[in-house]
Amino acid sequence: MSEPLAPQGGKEPEEIAQAPPATVASRLALSQRAGGIIVPVLTAMLAFLIGGLLVLGTGHNPFQAYWDIVKGAGLNWLAHPTHTDVADTAAYNFSQTLLQTTTLILTGLAVAFAFRCGMFNIGGNGQYLVGLFAANWVGVSFVNMSRPAHILIGIGLATLAGAAWAAIAGFLKATVGAHEVITTIMLNWIAYWIGSYLFQQGGPLQGPQNKPLDIPISGNIVEGARLPVFWGDAQLQGLHIGFFVAIAALVVFWLILNRTTLGYEVRAVGYNPAAAAYGGIRVRTNYVRAMAISGAFAGLAGGLDMLGYLYKVGTSDVQVASVGFLGIAVALLGRNTALGVGLAAFLFGGLLYGTTHGLQSGTIDPSLAGHLTEMIQGLVVLFVGADVLILSVWGWRRRLRRKRGTAEPAQAAAS
Amino acid sequence: MVLEMRGITKRFPGVVANDHVDFDLRKGEVHALLGENGAGKSTLMNILYGLYKPDEGEIRSRGQKVSFHSAKDAIDRGIGMVHQHFMLIPVMTVAENIVLATEPTTAGVLLDYDEAVKRVREISERFGLAVNPTARVENISVGQQQRVEILKALYRGAEILILDEPTAVLTPQEAGELFGIIKSLQAEGTSIIFISHKLNEVLEIADRITVLRRGKKIDTVPREGATEAGLAKMMVGREVLLRVDKKAAEPGDVLLEVRDLHVNDDRGLAVVQDVSFVVRAGEIVGIAGVEGNGQSELIEALTGLRRAEGGQIAVAGQVMAHASARKMLDAGVGHIPEDRQRRGLVLEFTIAENIALHDYCYPPDSRWGWLFPRRLVERARNLIREFDVRGGGPNTRAGALSGGNQQKVVAAREVARDPKVLIAAQPTRGLDVGAIEFLHRRLVEERDEGRAILLVSLELDEVMSLSDRLLVMYEGRVVGEHGADASEEEIGLEMLGGGRKEPAAA
Repeated sequence: MSEPLAPQGGKEPEEIAQAPPATVASRLALSQRAGGIIVPVLTAMLAFLIGGLLVLGTGHNPFQAYWDIVKGAGLNWLAHPTHTDVADTAAYNFSQTLLQTTTLILTGLAVAFAFRCGMFNIGGNGQYLVGLFAANWVGVSFVNMSRPAHILIGIGLATLAGAAWAAIAGFLKATVGAHEVITTIMLNWIAYWIGSYLFQQGGPLQGPQNKPLDIPISGNIVEGARLPVFWGDAQLQGLHIGFFVAIAALVVFWLILNRTTLGYEVRAVGYNPAAAAYGGIRVRTNYVRAMAISGAFAGLAGGLDMLGYLYKVGTSDVQVASVGFLGIAVALLGRNTALGVGLAAFLFGGLLYGTTHGLQSGTIDPSLAGHLTEMIQGLVVLFVGADVLILSVWGWRRRLRRKRGTAEPAQAAAS
Repeated sequence: MVLEMRGITKRFPGVVANDHVDFDLRKGEVHALLGENGAGKSTLMNILYGLYKPDEGEIRSRGQKVSFHSAKDAIDRGIGMVHQHFMLIPVMTVAENIVLATEPTTAGVLLDYDEAVKRVREISERFGLAVNPTARVENISVGQQQRVEILKALYRGAEILILDEPTAVLTPQEAGELFGIIKSLQAEGTSIIFISHKLNEVLEIADRITVLRRGKKIDTVPREGATEAGLAKMMVGREVLLRVDKKAAEPGDVLLEVRDLHVNDDRGLAVVQDVSFVVRAGEIVGIAGVEGNGQSELIEALTGLRRAEGGQIAVAGQVMAHASARKMLDAGVGHIPEDRQRRGLVLEFTIAENIALHDYCYPPDSRWGWLFPRRLVERARNLIREFDVRGGGPNTRAGALSGGNQQKVVAAREVARDPKVLIAAQPTRGLDVGAIEFLHRRLVEERDEGRAILLVSLELDEVMSLSDRLLVMYEGRVVGEHGADASEEEIGLEMLGGGRKEPAAA
């Protein structure tokens, strides 16, 4: 049979070109095919550009501000990476950037995994928080347990807590069709208030030493449950081995999706639930399972943070926690792939630490500094949502160029 | 010459849908636009109807250059279009639908219903299209609805009528009536563009025939002297075997048995009632029927995608009670679904991944949950060769294939599983002549291999030429059963519910 130039089938080519892909996951795949790595890079650059304009608007020099952020994030350390002593400011800053990156990789993976199954997990923050609570409880209790067991149980329970928390949303979607965006947001608030209750004055997990002082903070993780720190000083927020766990999680994420039947099912359901069901895949089971795995990543983030460097948590920490939300931007910018999430987490990790700690007060208004991260985060989410726009601008440009070659310019201008 | 299109070119990303196409229309003629799906027929007509702007070329109406920016511009120029899917409001009456957007009013705001009915009567008498102006659209037949669409266009002053695949939704009788209507419109001086990919229809009704292939105009020929074989060759670009070549069936054991099956649709309405039949090894049993008479739900029940309300399904003697899709697959039921893009394929998956859609969870594709992509690719490579899938290798995205090749991937997957029962739902819908030829031949080969094949199709031609036995479904019931030698008229009548044989259980 002859090879058709035009796509054939029940649809005429224009319908194929215009029909919106069925699920978020297939839309994502479309943008990946169309723009590849270019679109996320453009997205990030555009966000930084507009952020720079805003800095300029406040009467500061944006180049200076960004350079300070780079230094604040310790990226200049990469120029002389042999100076590993954290007494060196650049080395210390870089270790802190990696510390932030650790958390963001995992909360980013949480969003990305659900995304690949066609779901939008907005509940990374709640799942992170319950992981934090679980790890705190384990780390404060069982004082005499051996160190490896204590750590494993703490992290394991945190992971399970995150998984269970997210699975609630998956279960509600599978059984009564409740949309996961709504339920995960609500679960965020439930986690928020549970945390506020647990650690408040007189709360069940308030540290005994804090009770007489009326401080709403948990007890401290015992020494024997703390993750080993391999770079820097544990007393000064050193970089703990959880960093490698996060890197491993990137690999696991990739392996699950591409090398297991579970991942095959997740992707099939994400792209086309009807075809998955026809293939013999249980779609509802997959919703619950994918949400659980998604939540496990976020819960793991909470566990590592607690046992790695936080060691305690207070009601105010619970109420301002936002790394789970930042995971959304990480996943979106990273296009929900393992490598992309890793890179985006590093970018946001640097930004997060660089803006809050790196900016010198002379360069930029301190009150603006911390907000710069949030601004760029917001801009990224905005532009990722608008990637279709970027793609169509791309398309117009190409079409214009082609038209200039074939038809008179008047026609090109008309369309 | 009431209409001329010169050098029309329309590009979509990656596709030239129309490549310098010329098309003209004389007053009072029926000009057929023939081509495979994707040849650019609809694009050309959507340009004429103002829905798309051409990238190049010009349109002349009565010698005057025109430029349409919307359907309204086209309507103002006397062009009317009847789409394949009707654009009628079901809860409104025929008259209300026809006068919609140009209603006669009283006091400036209220619909003058009597006037509307009167006008519709006038126009329906003038063109000889009998309709009941006061009937609700939801209560009239599809053929009647099509007439309402035609009247709507005429009411708006159409002198050029575009009919987009008008017979696709009709029974043979209704198609015959439509042809009568076309002839009387022609006598009134209306010019008609008749879009189709069915050769026999085109030869019956058209004065001239223009063939498009891959966006290019191949030729315009008068009906006199045109033959099916000649037109098919122009459409496809090579000689085509139009008839299915098959020996008489040698039916063996019963492999699929359905007894008293009841199935509800999504709204909970009983759409399959008391359906019983058997399919034996080595025979093709066809189910004919107009769309929406329970065929889709029947197939879903047979493949475990929908729960039956009552009755029994047995595969190779094994009773399947409320079996899941997985159980049905494992019991040996293969299924070529009616919509390959929505159900048959994960378009974002590669061909290799799509071929593994049923068996990814069994060795050799995987073991203990661990997938072996290389084995998937290896298997796909062999099937791609065997089924002559073109346009990509194992790692090509299924969505990048043409419809015919997508369908070959689906067929390859289902056949390669060596199913006892193969359910093929509209296996050739939307495919071009070449791919249809291939799939039909393949289905007959699978029959000869000893599979039980259940073929469900809306194309009566297809069911009749492939089936060894034929069932007719109407309103969820099997209303007739025939041998391979049944007449088209008889079956057409039953498809409309006018069969002699009434179902035993009512």
